[in-house]
Amino acid sequence: MRKPLVLRHPSILVFLAVLAVFTVGVTILSTGYGTGVISTSMVKTLGKTLCLALAAVAMDLVWGYAGILSLGQMAFFALGGYMIGMWLMVARTETIVTGSLANLPIPPTAAEINQAVATQIFGVVGSDQFPAIWFLSGSLIGQLALVVLVPGLLALVFGWLAFRSRVNGVYLSILTQAMTLALALYLFQNDSGLRGNNGLSGLQNIPGLDAVPQESLSIWFFWASAVALGLGYLLVSWVASGKFGSVTRAIRDDEARVRFLGYSVESYKLVVFTLAAVITGIAGALYYPQAGIINPAELAPIASIYLAVWVAIGGRGRLYGAVIGAIVVSMLSSWFTGGRAPDVNLGFYTIKWVDWWQVLLGLSFVLVTLFAPKGISGIFDALAHLRPPRRGGTPLGPDMGALQEREAVE
Amino acid sequence: MRSIVLVLALLALVLPLSARAQTADLAGVIAQYRDQIEKPSRQTVEPVVAAIAATGPQGAALLQAWGDRLLGLRKSDGRLVIAAPEGDALHLTDAATGADLGPAPEDQVTLLRPNSGVRGLISAAMAGSALSDPDPKRRAEALEALSRKGDAAQLGLLRQAMDDPDPTLAARKQRLERLLTIQYDTDPAARIAAMQSFGGDTSLEFRASLNPILTTRRVALETIPADANVADELAVGSDIPRDAAYAMLVDAGLAPARLTPQAERATLAQHIVNGMVGGVPVIELGDEAARDRAYTALEGQGLVQPAASEDEVTAALDRFHFLDVYAEPNADVTAAARAALRGTETRIGLMQAADLSLDALSLASIYFLAAIGLAITFGVMGVINMAHGEFIMMGAYTGYVVQQFISDKTISLIVALPLAFAVTFAAGVALERLVIRHLYKRPLETLLATFGVSIALQQLAKNIFGTQARPLTSPGWLDGALTFNDIVSISYIRIAIFVLALVFLGLYLFIMNRTRLGLEVRAVTQNPGMAASMGISPDRINMLTFGLGSGIAGIAGVAIGLFAKVTSELGSDYIVQSFMTVVVGGVGNIWGTLAGAALIGFLQKGIEWFNPANTLAAQTYMILFIIIFIQFRPRGIIAAKGRAAVGA
Repeated sequence: MRKPLVLRHPSILVFLAVLAVFTVGVTILSTGYGTGVISTSMVKTLGKTLCLALAAVAMDLVWGYAGILSLGQMAFFALGGYMIGMWLMVARTETIVTGSLANLPIPPTAAEINQAVATQIFGVVGSDQFPAIWFLSGSLIGQLALVVLVPGLLALVFGWLAFRSRVNGVYLSILTQAMTLALALYLFQNDSGLRGNNGLSGLQNIPGLDAVPQESLSIWFFWASAVALGLGYLLVSWVASGKFGSVTRAIRDDEARVRFLGYSVESYKLVVFTLAAVITGIAGALYYPQAGIINPAELAPIASIYLAVWVAIGGRGRLYGAVIGAIVVSMLSSWFTGGRAPDVNLGFYTIKWVDWWQVLLGLSFVLVTLFAPKGISGIFDALAHLRPPRRGGTPLGPDMGALQEREAVE
Repeated sequence: MRSIVLVLALLALVLPLSARAQTADLAGVIAQYRDQIEKPSRQTVEPVVAAIAATGPQGAALLQAWGDRLLGLRKSDGRLVIAAPEGDALHLTDAATGADLGPAPEDQVTLLRPNSGVRGLISAAMAGSALSDPDPKRRAEALEALSRKGDAAQLGLLRQAMDDPDPTLAARKQRLERLLTIQYDTDPAARIAAMQSFGGDTSLEFRASLNPILTTRRVALETIPADANVADELAVGSDIPRDAAYAMLVDAGLAPARLTPQAERATLAQHIVNGMVGGVPVIELGDEAARDRAYTALEGQGLVQPAASEDEVTAALDRFHFLDVYAEPNADVTAAARAALRGTETRIGLMQAADLSLDALSLASIYFLAAIGLAITFGVMGVINMAHGEFIMMGAYTGYVVQQFISDKTISLIVALPLAFAVTFAAGVALERLVIRHLYKRPLETLLATFGVSIALQQLAKNIFGTQARPLTSPGWLDGALTFNDIVSISYIRIAIFVLALVFLGLYLFIMNRTRLGLEVRAVTQNPGMAASMGISPDRINMLTFGLGSGIAGIAGVAIGLFAKVTSELGSDYIVQSFMTVVVGGVGNIWGTLAGAALIGFLQKGIEWFNPANTLAAQTYMILFIIIFIQFRPRGIIAAKGRAAVGA
C-alpha cells in the first residue's frame, strides 16, 4: 500500500506545521484575541498576504508544473472578489436602507426596498436598476457558487479555445495578458454593471456581524485565509504529486512527446488551468473583504505579472517556494513603499525607498532570473544537497526552455 | 465711412419713396428708444438696432457711429449727436437729421460707450451696408458675419449687393443668397428652387439651413387641424411608449395623472387613522395588494381623488392623436427640405466612411510604428522584450530633453530623431549584452527578466522626470489639418506619422533585403550554427539586430510623444497592442506586421463608429476579436512558411 501523501512529501507536513505555528502566533499577538502587539491593520495585511500566497500556489501549479505562464491570473482573483463583493454590498446596503425606510409612516414594500438598494448602489454610475448579472446578489449561497463558477468557466472557455488551437509558450502568455486587459477595460465602463471605475466598496463590513468589532473580524478572516491556504496547498500538492502530476510535468518539458504517447495534452492543461483559476478565485473572495474595496485597476496586467514575479523569486516548481516568494516580496514591498524603510544618505543623493523600491525590485528580478533560476527555494535545495547534475553544456532537450535537469532531482 | 454713406445714398436713390419716408422716421425712432440708446443692454437692444437700421442711410450712419463709440449727448440740450474727432475738439452732426452742428470742445459731449455685446449686434446689422464696400476685405468680413447670423432683413440687403467685381466673392454671395433664401424668403417656390439648386451639396451650412425647417414639435391633439404640417403620426406603443404618451397628456392637463407608487404611498400616509388606513392596518401596508385595497377603500369613502384606471388611460390614448408637427407651415417646403437632406445622406455617408478610413489609417500607422521595432526583436529574433514600451518612452523623453536645449521646434525635432535612435540603440545593446544573451534558450524567462527591466526603467523615469506629463511640442508647420471638406479632414501630424511609418517600412525592407547586415540577420535567424561556421558572428549580429529594433522604438517614441502625453506610462500603454499587432500579423514577416496594424487600426475605428461614445468598449471588443482570431489563424495573417518557420 502506498504511503499517505504527507509522508511521501515531508515538505507538506513542514509547511502545514509552520503555517499553524504562524497562525497561532499571530492570534496570540493580535489586538482582538491576544496581547495587542500586532495591530488590526497588520493582521489584515497578513491575512491578505496569505490570500496572495494561495494565488501564488495556484500560479505555481499552472506555471511551475504545467509550464503555462499565465499572465491573467489576477483576473480570476479579482472576479472572485467581485462575486463575493456583490453579495456583501447588496446585503449591507439592504440593512441600511431597510433601517432608514422603517422610519416612514407606511412600511416599505419589497419592490421599494429593492429599488432603494439599487439606487443606493448604482447611483454613482447614473442608474437605479439592478443589472442582469446581479440576479443572484441577494443570496450568499448563490454568490459563493459564482465565486467558484465564474473564474472556473472563464478559464474553461478561454483555455479550451487557446489549447485546442495549440497556442503555446509566449503566445499564450500574451493572450492571457490580453484577456485580463480586455476584462479590465470592460469593467472600467460605467455600464458594465459592476459600478465602473468606482468598483465595489465597504466590503470590510460583514452584514449581520455589525456587532463584531473589526479586531475580531480581522482575526476570523486571517484564520479563514490560513485554512484556505493550508487546504489549497494540500490540494495542489496532491494534484501535482501523483500520476496526473507526472503527466503535467511531462507536458511542460516536452508537449509533443506526451501527445505522441497518447495522452490528451489539452485535457490535462485545461484541468490544471481551470483548477488554478478556481483556487485563485477563492483566494480573491477571501482577499477583498479584508481589503475593503475592489475596482477594475486590480485586473491591470501588471498585477498578474507581479504574481509571476513572486513565484519566480520564490522558486518555480516548488509550492513552498511560491508561498515564500509571495510573502517575502509582498511584505518587503509594503515595507519599502509604506515609507517605513530608512532612507540611505549617500552624501550627494538621498535614496528614498518609496521612489527606488520599484527599481530595486526590477533589478533584483533580473538578477534572480539570470543567476538563481530556482529562486529562494534554491537555498532549501542546497541545504538538502540537491544539485543538478553537471552535463558540461550538453543541450537540455528538445524544448530549450525546459527544466528537466532540475526536475530530475526531485 | 463716407463711402458707406455714399452707397447708402445710392440705395436711397434706387428706392426713393420708401427711403425718404423712412428718413423722416428716424427722429421718431430715436425719441421712442431714447433710454435704450443711452443705456443699451445686449438682451433688449436688438429691436432698437433693427428699427434704426430700417430707417435708411442716416440710421446706418448713426449705427456706425454708435458702434465706433462716437455717438454722444450734447450737454447743453441733450441732443443725440454724432461726434467726429477733429483735432482736440469734436465735430458734431445731428444724429437724427444729419444736420451739421459745427465743432464743440470734448467736455461738451457725453460719449455713449456700448459694451462689446451690443457692438456685436450693431456690426451684424451694419453688415448689410458693408456688403458693397469697395474694400474686398471688408466685403469678405461682412459675408462671413452674414453667414454666421443672417436674417430676413439681411437677405434683402444682400440681394441688392449681388454684383461683385471679385469672382470669388461674387460666388460666395450667390451661395449665401441661396442659403438665406431657403430660410427666410417669403415665397415657397423660391425656397424650394434654392434647395434644389444645391443638388447633393454636403456642406455643413447647407444642412444647417435645412435643419430649422425640419424641426418638429410633438403634440397631442384630439382632431388634426387641416392646416397642420404633420411630419409623422406616432403609434402609441411602437413609436412612442405608452407611459410617455400618457405623461404628455397629463403634462398638457388633458388627462388626470396616474397613481404612481410614490403618490399612493404619500396619500396613504396622510390618511392614517388609529394605525389604520381605510380599514387596513398600517403594519400590513408593506405589500402592494394591501395598499391598493386601502386606496380603494379611501376612494370609496370619498377621501381621495380617484386615480385614472387602466381603462381610462387606454380610452384617453385612443382619443388623442400624437403628432410630430413641423414648425414650418408649408408642406411643400418641408417635403423639399426632406428630399434635399436625403439627397445629401448617401454622399455624407461615403465621406464619413472616407474620414473614418483616414482615422483608421493613422491609428494603424501609430500601431505600426510602435510595433515595427518589436517586429525585429520579437518577429525576427524571437526575443520577447517587455521593455520595448519603455524604449518608446525613452525616445519620447529624449525628444523632450532635446527641446529643453534647442528652442527651435523644427531643429530640435531633427536633432531628436537620430539622438533618440542612438540612446535607445545603446540601451538595447546593453540589455542584450547584459541580460538577454544569457536567456536565449529560456524564452519565458526572457519575458520575465525584461519585465523586471521594464518596471525599473519606468520607476527611473518617474524619479527623473516626475509623474506629471511632459510636453513634446510639435513644430508649427505640423499644426492644423488638411481639410478636404466639412466632413473629411486629417491633421498634418497624423500625415507625418503615416509618412514616417512608410519610411520605416522602406528602411526595414532595405536593411533586411539589400544590406550585408540583413543577410547575416536572416542567416543567424534561420540557423545560428551554420551561420557561425560561415564566418558570421551570431553574438554580434544578435546584438546589432536587437539594437536596431530598440533604436526604431526610440524614433517611434518621438513620433508618438508629439501627439500623446509623455509620461513614464507611455510605453506600457502601447506594449500589449504592439505584441498583438505582431502576433496577429504573423511573426517574422514585416508585411504581416503591416497587415496586423491595419487590421487592428481599422477594427478599432470600426467598432468606435458603431459605439462612438465608448472607446473602452472598442478596445475590449477588439482584444476579444483578436483572441478569437488567433483561434483560427494561430500563426497570424501571414504565417511564416518553410525553413523560416523553423527558425522563428
